[in-house]
Amino acid sequence: MIESFALLYVFMLAGFVGYEVISRVPVILHTPLMSGSNFVHGIVLVGAMVALGHADTSLERVIGFVGVLLGAGNAVGGYVVTERMLEMFKSSKGK
Amino acid sequence: MGVVIELSYFLTAILFILGLKRMSHPTTARSGIWWAGGGMVLATVVSFMHPEIAGNQLLMVVAILIGGGIAWYTGKRVAMTDMPQMIAIYNGMGGGAAGAIAAVELVKLSSAAAVVAEAAEPAVHHSTFVVFLAVLGAMIGTVSFSGSCVAYAKLQGLMKKVIRFPNQQKVNMAVFALMVLFGLLIIFSSHPQIGVILLFFLLALAFGAMMAVPIGGADMPVVISLFNAFTGLAVAFEGFVLQNSALIIAGTVVGAAGTLLTQLMAKAMNRPISNVLFSGFGDTGGGPAEEVTGSMKAMEPMDAAVMMSYASKVVIVPGYGLAVAQAQHKIWEMTELLEERGVEVKFAIHPVAGRMPGHMNVLLAEAGVPYDKIYDLEEINSDFANTDVALVIGANDVVNPSAKSDKSSPIYGMPILDVDEAKNVLVIKRGQGTGFSGIENKLFFLENTSMVYGDGQKVAAELIQHIKTL
Repeated sequence: MIESFALLYVFMLAGFVGYEVISRVPVILHTPLMSGSNFVHGIVLVGAMVALGHADTSLERVIGFVGVLLGAGNAVGGYVVTERMLEMFKSSKGK
Repeated sequence: MGVVIELSYFLTAILFILGLKRMSHPTTARSGIWWAGGGMVLATVVSFMHPEIAGNQLLMVVAILIGGGIAWYTGKRVAMTDMPQMIAIYNGMGGGAAGAIAAVELVKLSSAAAVVAEAAEPAVHHSTFVVFLAVLGAMIGTVSFSGSCVAYAKLQGLMKKVIRFPNQQKVNMAVFALMVLFGLLIIFSSHPQIGVILLFFLLALAFGAMMAVPIGGADMPVVISLFNAFTGLAVAFEGFVLQNSALIIAGTVVGAAGTLLTQLMAKAMNRPISNVLFSGFGDTGGGPAEEVTGSMKAMEPMDAAVMMSYASKVVIVPGYGLAVAQAQHKIWEMTELLEERGVEVKFAIHPVAGRMPGHMNVLLAEAGVPYDKIYDLEEINSDFANTDVALVIGANDVVNPSAKSDKSSPIYGMPILDVDEAKNVLVIKRGQGTGFSGIENKLFFLENTSMVYGDGQKVAAELIQHIKTL
């Protein structure tokens, strides 16, 4: 029970962190940041791996396999497009 | 082993948060994604040794290679203009993955319940609260999945029509209610039928699609951002189910950040989120539109080039049309020529220029425009009064003065760039038609406005030629 509550606190605090991290962000970074946060929830891949890892029946295996495939797509795709966008942000002073 | 994994997840969480923090400032943004990427690789690698993983590692590797490979290939190839729909589809995949995790757990519950009952041993993992979170996460994740797919199809032009039918809201509500009902059935039955689980997922898929179908293209970015926050939450809930702190932290951070980002975007567009979701664009505002008087004056590129070359201050207002014409490189070349002649050039970006807030900045950055030459609406609006030439290229609604004066206009109240206050306005435009929203633009008929007709890229090339000869 206490363990569940500890996780609930983690949930609450992480919520505040997310809010704080994003507030006061300039408009020019809205799209890359949305893409970046999209990448971060690609961590779902890890969860899908665990789900597939303890799948016993073939139905569970199929669903788990699809989950891992989709999760990997989220993580890799999110990384690639975010990196490509941010790569282009240069300052004129840098030249 | 468990300690190593927990420590790695802990480190991953730190890397994610610091990465996101760095991504919210232009100078550190690029290193931010590297930090977050490092965290992701670490978490993925150590997860192969997760104590709850009993087998199927080969399947995992195959799935990662296929999913990751496809995403890598498409992500590298996508044009910058198509970025919003790409983000939508990757986000949808994450939602789908969260849904799949829940599906595995629920199917397990359905088959294991009988065994557990016989053993008279309460399953630690499957308390009602945990099943509730699994169902909630499944709902949100699956809705995000199908909704994002529809958003992708719409922005990609695969689905052109905005589908609306009478009583649409009521039908959507009915589907939503049914979905919740089946969700409750799963939560409160000690061993849910496979059929019930299947129907629940089908309803969630249908609801997500139906939610996104009536929304017009201009509002899509806000919806994509909302689905992004949804996926984050779904991931966090599945994290509770799997007792996995990395999922809980990363998912919650994204859920909160995504919600805030959605609000910021909606605010920038002057469209409350409820409006975006429940009413179509252009449904508001009654009465006849204000009569537009006067006529448009055409100008040759030669004269436009002269006007800009001898100005002391030029502000360029690019819109999505610029990106469609792929003219951003030419415009930057022109800017450099003007700067060599001592003209001060700035870029003014409306929050919703491009397909989503910040999209235009990305497109200009691609062409090599440094971000410190690019100004936000609030920063630049007071500047227009002492600007010699405002060059509008491919933008329309965001410079329409009707938004300030005409109460019957569908865009009334939207913050606009006060281009009309500049001494001279040059508008590069394909033809005389109206823009994206189909609203007549008063700016084009003003005394100080001149129209340069033609394809954005061609006109820009001509301007460069003429400026060189001056």
